[in-house]
Amino acid sequence: MNVLNFINSFFSDNAHWQGYDGIPTRVGEHIQYTLMALGIAAAVGLPVGLLTGHTGRGGNTLALIATSARALPSFGLMVLMFILLGLGMAPVMIPLVVLAIPPILVTTYEAMRSVDPAPVDAARGMGMAETAVLFRVELPVALPLILSGLRSAAIQIVSTATIAAYVSFGGLGRYIIDGLYQRNYEKVVGGATLVAAMALTTLGLFWAVGRLAVSPGVRRRSAGGAAG
Amino acid sequence: MIRIDSVTKRYPDGTVAVDRLSLEIPDRSITVLVGPSGCGKTTTLRMINRMVEPSEGTILIDGVDSRQQPVNTLRRSMGYVIQNAGLFQHRTILDNIATVPRMLGWGKEKSRSRARELMERVGLDATLAKRYPYQLSGGQQQRVGVARALAADPPVLLMDEPFSAVDPVVRKGLQDELLRIQEELGKTIVFVTHDIDEAVKLGTMVAVMRTGGKLAQFAPPAELLSRPADAFVEDFLGADRGIRRLSFFPSAGLDLLTAPIVAVDATAEQITAAGAADTPYLLVTDADGRPLGWSEPRDLTAGEITADRLLPYGRPFVAVTDSLRAALDCAVLSPTGWAVAVDTSGRATGVVPQQAIGEAIRGAHAQTAADEARDAEPDEDGKAQKVAP
Repeated sequence: MNVLNFINSFFSDNAHWQGYDGIPTRVGEHIQYTLMALGIAAAVGLPVGLLTGHTGRGGNTLALIATSARALPSFGLMVLMFILLGLGMAPVMIPLVVLAIPPILVTTYEAMRSVDPAPVDAARGMGMAETAVLFRVELPVALPLILSGLRSAAIQIVSTATIAAYVSFGGLGRYIIDGLYQRNYEKVVGGATLVAAMALTTLGLFWAVGRLAVSPGVRRRSAGGAAG
Repeated sequence: MIRIDSVTKRYPDGTVAVDRLSLEIPDRSITVLVGPSGCGKTTTLRMINRMVEPSEGTILIDGVDSRQQPVNTLRRSMGYVIQNAGLFQHRTILDNIATVPRMLGWGKEKSRSRARELMERVGLDATLAKRYPYQLSGGQQQRVGVARALAADPPVLLMDEPFSAVDPVVRKGLQDELLRIQEELGKTIVFVTHDIDEAVKLGTMVAVMRTGGKLAQFAPPAELLSRPADAFVEDFLGADRGIRRLSFFPSAGLDLLTAPIVAVDATAEQITAAGAADTPYLLVTDADGRPLGWSEPRDLTAGEITADRLLPYGRPFVAVTDSLRAALDCAVLSPTGWAVAVDTSGRATGVVPQQAIGEAIRGAHAQTAADEARDAEPDEDGKAQKVAP
């Protein structure tokens, strides 16, 4: 039997579409973990990145923190947190957030630093308040790169959130882990396919956000990195 | 009036960018700060709107210390134009121009209609309103930059090397446009450039600065060219300052000869009469009076003047409005050594030999010397009558 057959039989089985272990439930859980982790990571990474990028201070410290955070293995961190904190959402969220902060933080910082200094100077010279300079002059131009940071963070979370199942949570990891345990490869492949589909959907969503949120004047200029 | 009163800018590392500079910038005229790189001209400009805070000294705007009011209020009362325009690439041209009015709380519609008005004023086509900066040429972008600075109708305009990054042809267009706009609006403009030609062309007053942030000379351009304060200024003005100075002498005083002009369809008598003017060359014009070229009198036979046997006449100058510099340039370029004067529609109004221009130059110099001797104290407001070079 090949993988395509696995996929076919997994998705055509009615039983997989309902109940607490059904695809809608698991996808919903997975989305919930992803949004939660991405939300927390963005709440930390975006303000810090915007501020350090705007002032140009703290870039080296940021790079150091980001590198060390990247070196942490998500799975190991989760098991450690599980042992320390016991059963709960925190041991799952911590490794996902730690995973997502570096790309958000570093790209946001870089995006702000790469904004052409001339319009910023012009804005200040016209008497624009500093917050307006940040949000109305720098941010709109930095947006494509910032979105690309959020996008890679989101995709990493989507694929890594499968580990939540190891500490008895749901999500798409359930299929993979249970399937492996039960030697039900149909389930494993089905779960993996769903994760891949979700990652692609995330990609598409960021592309759409980029089309809507990035000004045509900026999109054209940064053609490569633009549009999420 | 903007008064810079013994202002010094010293950076934490000890570098002195501007050293006890004092300058009175007259209202409703263009004051140019010019000098080599590192002379502190941009720092001086940026201290006026407090983009750089002076270490010592004060800057008075209409008699009031610029530090008396909130910095953003001060900046909003001064238009600011920089090199490469510095447009907001995420905003349309119209919204770029409407920036300051929007900050000042004008309504969206009022700001935009004001922006449209300014697009017309700076010579931008209305169809560009919805475009983004990347869709415009460098020269157009700079026009937007000027329009944006003028949007809230500030009394003061600060311009930091605004035309340095565009090619010479576009630059000339922008300079002419600025002079035209200034004629209409009468702003107090402080203009920074490293280009002495630009300074001489635009400035009512020119402040030459030297490395170390010191003022070398502050004078109207004609005076700068005729009496440079020291060797540095003389050197900075360049080798041909004598020629450039001629830009300030009108060609109105030139004696135009009309006798040596013959139409291409001239009769034998007319040619004989013109030849009797006893000049080595005759200027042949078409039936409308536009110059075609030079010919030696003995080569001319009635009804047989053929355009292809004529000597080229170079570039004519516009009588009265052009300067002696333009007239001399025409004479030098003309293979016969005679300059051709035309009216604004391009019809020949007369010819002048090089010697006559030389005499006019000597006359103008003598006149200036006499004027200067009369008012022994140089009059700061005595704006030199400027004519197109």
